[in-house]
Amino acid sequence: MTTTTAPVRRPTDESQVSVGIAMVFLLLMAGYFLLPIYWLVVNATKSQRDLVTTNGFWFGEFQLGQNLADLFARDDGVFLRWALNSLLYAGLGAGIGTVLAAMAGYGIAKFDFRGRELLFGFALGGVLVPATALALPLFLMFAGVGLTNTFWSVFLPSIVSPFGVYLSRVYSATIPEEVLEAARVDGAGELRIFFTISVRILTPALVTVFLFQFVAVWNNFLLPLVMLQDSTLYPLTYGLFSWQSQVSRYPELQTLTIVGSLVSVIPLIITFLGLQRFWRAGLTAGSGK
Amino acid sequence: MTQLWRRRTLAALAVAPLVALAACGGASTEPADGAAPGSADCAPTGGPVNLSFTSWVPGVEEAVTLWNQQNPDIQVKVNDVPAGNAGTYSNLFNQLKAGTAPDLSQVEYDSLSSFRLQNGLVDIAACEGVTDAQAKFVDWTWSQVQLGDDGVYAVPQDTGPMALYYRKDLFDAAGIAPPTTWDEYYQAAKTLAAADPAVKITHFPQQDANWFTGLLWQNQANLFDISGDQLSVTVDSPESRQVAEYWQKMIDEQLVATNLQGFSPDLYAAWNSGTVATWVSAAWGYSTIRDNAPDTSGKWAVAPMPQWTAGAKNAGNWGGSTTAVFAGTEHPAEAAKFALWLNTDPASLEILNKEGGLYPASSDAQSLPALSTGVEYYGGEQIFDVFKAASGEVDTDFTWGPTMTDTYRFLSDGFTAALNGQGTLTDALTAAQTQSVDSLKAQGITVGG
Repeated sequence: MTTTTAPVRRPTDESQVSVGIAMVFLLLMAGYFLLPIYWLVVNATKSQRDLVTTNGFWFGEFQLGQNLADLFARDDGVFLRWALNSLLYAGLGAGIGTVLAAMAGYGIAKFDFRGRELLFGFALGGVLVPATALALPLFLMFAGVGLTNTFWSVFLPSIVSPFGVYLSRVYSATIPEEVLEAARVDGAGELRIFFTISVRILTPALVTVFLFQFVAVWNNFLLPLVMLQDSTLYPLTYGLFSWQSQVSRYPELQTLTIVGSLVSVIPLIITFLGLQRFWRAGLTAGSGK
Repeated sequence: MTQLWRRRTLAALAVAPLVALAACGGASTEPADGAAPGSADCAPTGGPVNLSFTSWVPGVEEAVTLWNQQNPDIQVKVNDVPAGNAGTYSNLFNQLKAGTAPDLSQVEYDSLSSFRLQNGLVDIAACEGVTDAQAKFVDWTWSQVQLGDDGVYAVPQDTGPMALYYRKDLFDAAGIAPPTTWDEYYQAAKTLAAADPAVKITHFPQQDANWFTGLLWQNQANLFDISGDQLSVTVDSPESRQVAEYWQKMIDEQLVATNLQGFSPDLYAAWNSGTVATWVSAAWGYSTIRDNAPDTSGKWAVAPMPQWTAGAKNAGNWGGSTTAVFAGTEHPAEAAKFALWLNTDPASLEILNKEGGLYPASSDAQSLPALSTGVEYYGGEQIFDVFKAASGEVDTDFTWGPTMTDTYRFLSDGFTAALNGQGTLTDALTAAQTQSVDSLKAQGITVGG
């Protein structure tokens, strides 16, 4: 942080050095974070033979096409099924979860009712309890109603986002009361106000909530592990894990796990790049007010 | 009880999947009365039956599809899950408690005892055809599923009889024959190292405690002993000490690589470059070498496991699974019928071998065409003949404890310390002995001896 502000204060030769140091540092960090992805890309193109015999940081014989074909052909294309499941759990789950969180947070921020701080306290408590600790109680509850090993057993917990409620409330507090009053005077109902006015003001916050929830569900591992036994219901993370757990006995699964991991991060990258625009635009809009 | 169970189960998810539920499982090694359907009533339920079957054998669906075609009244659905110790066992324990467990599941030999302790297994001895099937299986596999009494708690599926994979070209170049005794193996290690100091005869892994138990099994170093109701821990015994002292000598004289982990890229690199010359491993290990050391194709061969006494014929076993009928099933007879078919029918066994690479527990299946022909990677030699012979030489008395995950962990911890120069492998046995007794007592299991 200090290095970026340095040029403003002292536009001298020294600032060039600071910028240079900052650049080197940032490049190092970028390299550090991108190295695993680079490794993944390189090794996803290799045959099992090259995977074990060639340098892990450079290409062998290029056979990404073959690996991809094998990946989507394995077990009658179960990988595609996993990908669709992940999109459903994470995409739909985060979408509904964001709407619910926004409504809850907005309601707590903008309406005065008995027990609202208590309600918010519960939501905050939910932020503090790790999802890991909830997996088993959830399993027992779902077992009680006979819903384990179903789509719902992973989907329903995915639409709950205490952190989203928290963020929505904090952001909702910034919505000017005058705007809402004006809309009410004009005769708009509360639902209409929420969806046409508040949601637009809240957009950057909601994109953040969506991204957080999407990534959390996409990467959720323990819940599917505890809930699911039917491989057609697995999300990508758990499906790839089930392959990886067997590589000592079935080495050919190594290449499939690696190329599958590469494919599985693509939707995350697309989501981030696609939504980043809204995110940044929203943040600047807020700061320029 | 519920609170305790829940707390323990949560801990189980993090650390010790197999044992944490034991608090509810009763305080003895004997199942509580009436918890599992007794062997007295194993009558078919009749009518169409649907069964669920949990397994992690690749391609098992194909065998099940075949069964479903032939048995329209008993339809089986496969749950394709990660390997047992990768979370499936702890899931199964949860499901048994919640009443959502499958009718059948794959269970490895070393975990049967844990499931029995949880009252998770059905004694299928009275089910039609079960006791008659004994003759179809290799002796030691049947004694494994009897768990020390007259019951039959699972049907053997596959095995991992052990032999010596060795680099024939390196041995030939050094002018030595494949070692027939562990003493010759030690001499061979010295000869190989003299020819090229970079060459280690094998690697000693920190974490593969179940590999080491295969070596103990060969020397009849029983880890546990169950006589009647009495469970004793015999991890530290004269036989196990003999094995530990031998490998400690190999480590002290730097004849084995101590920095390579099992199934690691580093190990595969060492195989490819020829700096690790042998692997004492199971029948299923043939594909591990073949697929991970492609540069050395045609240079490996398989010989029987070296012996402790010249002329003896004893083999160890590493891995292998059973098909167990789970408590809570409403159709034990049909489930047992399916388990028997899966593991004795020639067509099924061929699929399991071809798709899943299983080395069968069925005696007949050890003569499958795929197991009676030369294997190209191994210079066209019929390597499975060696494993078939080894399978007949595995001791029938070896007994697993009900808390194997703990014991494995204790052993691995001790090995890791020993490989880092703190203590010896014998110390690891001594510590694992005490710790295993403590962990059993902590779960309220009476330990004698």
